[in-house]
Amino acid sequence: MTWDIKDIQKWDWKKHPLGAIIKDPGNSRQFKTGGWRTFRPVRDEEKCNQCLICYVYCPDSAVLARDGKITGVGYDFCKGCGICSAECPKDAIQMVDETKAKKG
Amino acid sequence: MAAGSKIVAIVGTDAVSEAMRQINPDLVAAYPITPQTAIVETYSQMVADGLVKSHMVAVESEHSAMSAAIGAAATGARVMTCTSSQGLALMWELLYIASGLRLPIVMPNVNRALSAPINIHCDHGDSMGARDAGWIQLFSENAQEAYDNTIQAVRIAEDPGILLPVMVLLDGFIISHSIDRVELLDDEVVANFVGEFKPAYSLLDVNNPVSVGNFDGLYGYYFEFKRQQEEAMLNSFGVIKEVGAEFGKISGRSYSLFETIGMEDAEFAIVVLGSAAGTVRHEVETMRAKGIPIGMIKLRAFRPFPARELAEAISRMKAVAVFDRSNTFAGNMGGPVFIELRSSLYDLEKKPLLVNYVYGLGGRDLSIELINKAAAELAEAARSGQVKQSINYLGLRE
Repeated sequence: MTWDIKDIQKWDWKKHPLGAIIKDPGNSRQFKTGGWRTFRPVRDEEKCNQCLICYVYCPDSAVLARDGKITGVGYDFCKGCGICSAECPKDAIQMVDETKAKKG
Repeated sequence: MAAGSKIVAIVGTDAVSEAMRQINPDLVAAYPITPQTAIVETYSQMVADGLVKSHMVAVESEHSAMSAAIGAAATGARVMTCTSSQGLALMWELLYIASGLRLPIVMPNVNRALSAPINIHCDHGDSMGARDAGWIQLFSENAQEAYDNTIQAVRIAEDPGILLPVMVLLDGFIISHSIDRVELLDDEVVANFVGEFKPAYSLLDVNNPVSVGNFDGLYGYYFEFKRQQEEAMLNSFGVIKEVGAEFGKISGRSYSLFETIGMEDAEFAIVVLGSAAGTVRHEVETMRAKGIPIGMIKLRAFRPFPARELAEAISRMKAVAVFDRSNTFAGNMGGPVFIELRSSLYDLEKKPLLVNYVYGLGGRDLSIELINKAAAELAEAARSGQVKQSINYLGLRE
């Protein structure tokens, strides 16, 4: 089921579903939490041996993988906690200052 | 007497257990040790004896009892739990979650005092503290009403325009542990009356998945949901009356938001709720037989509070005494019923004098002498047009 909540901020009190239920489970994808981040994980593809430990440890499922390979980090959701960097056995993930990273 | 009914002599807790047996909820979650009452003890036996199909969950605290009840109700099950006193206090944060998630859980609560000092006897301090938790609260005068209210509570809670949890209140010991004459309805009559629960949503409905108990977002819609709860409370005025009238058809006992005695020709009146209404009624009828123009109002619904109708019912009185079995400790503001009734009268042009009697805390007996003392003071206030003291403690050693 798709639940159109584009203009939810304009809804009056009668329009919300009873009991504050969410009728479209999984819509937390629309709730981007990456704005909390002050340091972002940056992966060195040379050092990475694709052990997937970062993928397992990430508490926000923000490490992206496809066909058994790490493909990147979902910066819309990564809160910059640094767990991936701390757990990486190859020291392949560095935490980089978000402001500097954005400036490139 | 309604066909298939039988008259039995049972204690109030057994009357509630019998109602629960006939309602046969899908799940009962309860803490099985004190402050729990015999309601759940007897019900557990009914489950063990196969008299009901309820799934019985004995949990480790009232906090867990209400948590389990909430979880089960969110799946669309018809759920009940019971508690009393400190148990209700321990449920606190979950009470708000049950009402906020709009789960129609029915919970008999045996009204008993809160510590300290430790006291196991009757007063209304436990449930009055929960008066802003978004639950409907129905008070009972005796075991019969505790039984009748429990059955009606299911219909009220589950009404699609309401979907709020309901607390059925019965006075500790005075009702819960005293043997009373109770007329039990036929099992099938009750089963038909409560009908089948059709939940608004279910966590287990894989075709229409929902997520329950979510964070309401950084922008926040909490305010809107609280307004919806107020609307449900407003809807409940009518539904409580409709269900009460329909219950009258199957039992011969009709119910409304409150009951009046002699108000048509009274000049002054007593407002009371719970078991004390029985003693007050006896005295009011005795006084009326002697020609004293006294009436009474027995309040059944404390939440929702029938402010407009109560104000209408007492507007012609010269003086009204409100009996409160709990206190608000607000600094001589009186008990909760007094405060709310006084607030209900504010917009009236002509209003009666109002006087409060806080009585019976920690199970202190409300004797006939005390009722007569209050009635005499009330009569004097009506005659003189003056109240000597608006907040009084009836039966206090002073």
